Amino acid sequence: MVALKDLKMEELYAPGHRLCAGCGPSISMRMMMKAFRGPTVVTNATGCVEVSTTIYPYTAWRVPWVHTLFENAAATASGLEAAYKVLLRKGVRNTKVDVIAVGGDGGTFDIGLQALSGALERGHDFVYVCYDNEAYMNTGIQRSSATPRGAATTTSPAGSVIPGKRGRKKNLTAICAAHDIEYVATASIGFPGDYIDKVRKAIEVEGAAVVHVFAPCPLGWRSNPADSIKLAKLAVQTGVFPLYEIIKGKYKLNIKVGKCIPVSEYLKLQGRFRHLFKPELKSELDAIQEQVTEDWNRTLDLCGEKPKVTG
Amino acid sequence: MYRRREEYNEVIIPYQGEGSTVRPQELAGMSGNEAVAYATKQANVDVVAAYPITPQTIMVERFSEYVANGEVDAEFVCVESEHSAMSASVGASLTGARVMTSTASQGLALMHEVMYLASGLRCPIVMMVANRALSAPINIHGDHSDMMGSRDCGWIQIYVENPQEAYDWTLQALKIAEDPEVSLPATVNIDGFTVSHAMEDLNLLSDDQVSGFLPRRKPVYKVEPEKPLTVGALAMPDYYYEVKRQQEEAMRQVPHVLNKVTKEYETVSHRKYGMIETFEMDDAEIAILCLGSTAGTARTVARQLREKGRKVGVVKLWLYRPFPQEELISVICNLKALAVVERAISFGAPYGALCSDVASILQDCEGRPKIFDVVCGLGGRDISPEDIRRVFDEADQVAKTGIVRDRLKFIGVRE
Repeated sequence: MVALKDLKMEELYAPGHRLCAGCGPSISMRMMMKAFRGPTVVTNATGCVEVSTTIYPYTAWRVPWVHTLFENAAATASGLEAAYKVLLRKGVRNTKVDVIAVGGDGGTFDIGLQALSGALERGHDFVYVCYDNEAYMNTGIQRSSATPRGAATTTSPAGSVIPGKRGRKKNLTAICAAHDIEYVATASIGFPGDYIDKVRKAIEVEGAAVVHVFAPCPLGWRSNPADSIKLAKLAVQTGVFPLYEIIKGKYKLNIKVGKCIPVSEYLKLQGRFRHLFKPELKSELDAIQEQVTEDWNRTLDLCGEKPKVTG
Repeated sequence: MYRRREEYNEVIIPYQGEGSTVRPQELAGMSGNEAVAYATKQANVDVVAAYPITPQTIMVERFSEYVANGEVDAEFVCVESEHSAMSASVGASLTGARVMTSTASQGLALMHEVMYLASGLRCPIVMMVANRALSAPINIHGDHSDMMGSRDCGWIQIYVENPQEAYDWTLQALKIAEDPEVSLPATVNIDGFTVSHAMEDLNLLSDDQVSGFLPRRKPVYKVEPEKPLTVGALAMPDYYYEVKRQQEEAMRQVPHVLNKVTKEYETVSHRKYGMIETFEMDDAEIAILCLGSTAGTARTVARQLREKGRKVGVVKLWLYRPFPQEELISVICNLKALAVVERAISFGAPYGALCSDVASILQDCEGRPKIFDVVCGLGGRDISPEDIRRVFDEADQVAKTGIVRDRLKFIGVRE
């Protein structure tokens, strides 16, 4: 794992953008670019990062950057990759270009899933980085298919009858891996060395690769901006968001957790789960813990690790 | 319905043998789809991203064969939807590559959102549209509802009559679109089945002639690591309007660039194009104005009526966007009556889209002709010579009486 002291000093992500204090996605972009190896172009789906970093005439991007639409980052990347490839072959360009597509969970799990699937199947040599803050934050905290059970958002409010989002978080990593691509990984801004390593590995793979990075949103999660990294770490330590990679279909757990911390320790720092701590919703809280334990054990199993007693 | 080959021979200077400056042209039998695929291959295109849809499929099939057989060095990105076809085209075009694609009907509708990106980011992508009706009810046959639905996407729009024009305009559209003064995307519209699938003989340029006419694209700007650019930034109310105004200004450069390009193409191909094509308009009193393959039928009928001494003419628009106002006004201003024949309904509007444009330019013309709109040929319904004769008869009545009974007529339909 790359040590922090060994990271490039060069900052490709400029300060002064308009993202919030404690913004996880913003941190994830800065870290992502520490992994770049050479000529690189980034294409960005519509979302918080896109709107807040490129308000004309300003830009936070010191690499070429393209935004077209919400649901098509993977398709735009496909075109960029195909063009750079043919221009290199024809001698119009003389250096290879790494193409990185970036999208939030809405632009990836939901509206951009088809374009992503198409690009992965075609095997373009590119990396898709999904920064996951678990809802449509740019439009004002609406639920996405990455929103976890129980979270209150403006379209899955904690009502007197329905206590926040119903259903589970979509398993994006498994969907990507099901395309039998060379490399898929989960990562977290709480573990920068692991994350940067994974982006670099994904770039070095020939063909399509996906890095799914967990990135807390203080505004949407109703959490203290100073807690973003803490929450990102807790999500891993509670088993909510395990960090693993899938290399040619083989799962490997990267951050081992001896004994998972109870999920409530993670949930209680976030206003979006506040309602779950009412006595009458104890069963809901228990059900969430049960689900996390079950999923964690399944991940351990996939990674060939022995399950441990949790909670 | 189609122009006879003899008509081409009128404009093709015959090869005079050794010592002639005119080169013989290869004669080939091709459908509109195949003609466009062939032009795409000859244009040394870099990237084609496309998705199959009837009646455009044959264009992508032929092009993928060219790629599979190494006849063209290009990347064919066989995407999973038209939305991604246009998105990949935009991405590819931003690198400075030459990019072409094709679609039809629902595919064009699915691309609609992305088409604004292509024009707004000034990507000179050329797209063949095999015009087809829109659902519901589902129908795979020709009309212009698809392109008229995306009329205001900021694309140059060219309509062609037959495979020869499809071939010639594909090459010319590229040169117009890629001109630094323009740098806007363009559609070449070929009527579904009537042009897309009809096999005709056509004259082809040699590969050398095409590469001479279409050298490598010189992009106005490009996305490359050597010079980082932020493309597609957020424009707030303080900047958005300026961007759009500049885009309109680029559109206004099309007519003079088009004239330059068609002139150059004429010297290469000996086929003469422009913004509009007229038939017997010098002394015409009544006329039909239309797009695409309808013009062939209209000309055939007009020729018959001319033989009977009636002063009829036909105006075909090759260029629909930008609208060729100045060229058109001088041709139609002195008519007594003008019938616009179009293959799309603009539901609830006073006229169809084409007639609205024509009517709007006529208001500046004193002694302007009486105008009426005829909608026909929806969903591939045949536009027969009899239909066209009825339109000319109606125009005659309007010219004589000065009264338009129906501003908007629907013909060839059971009512």
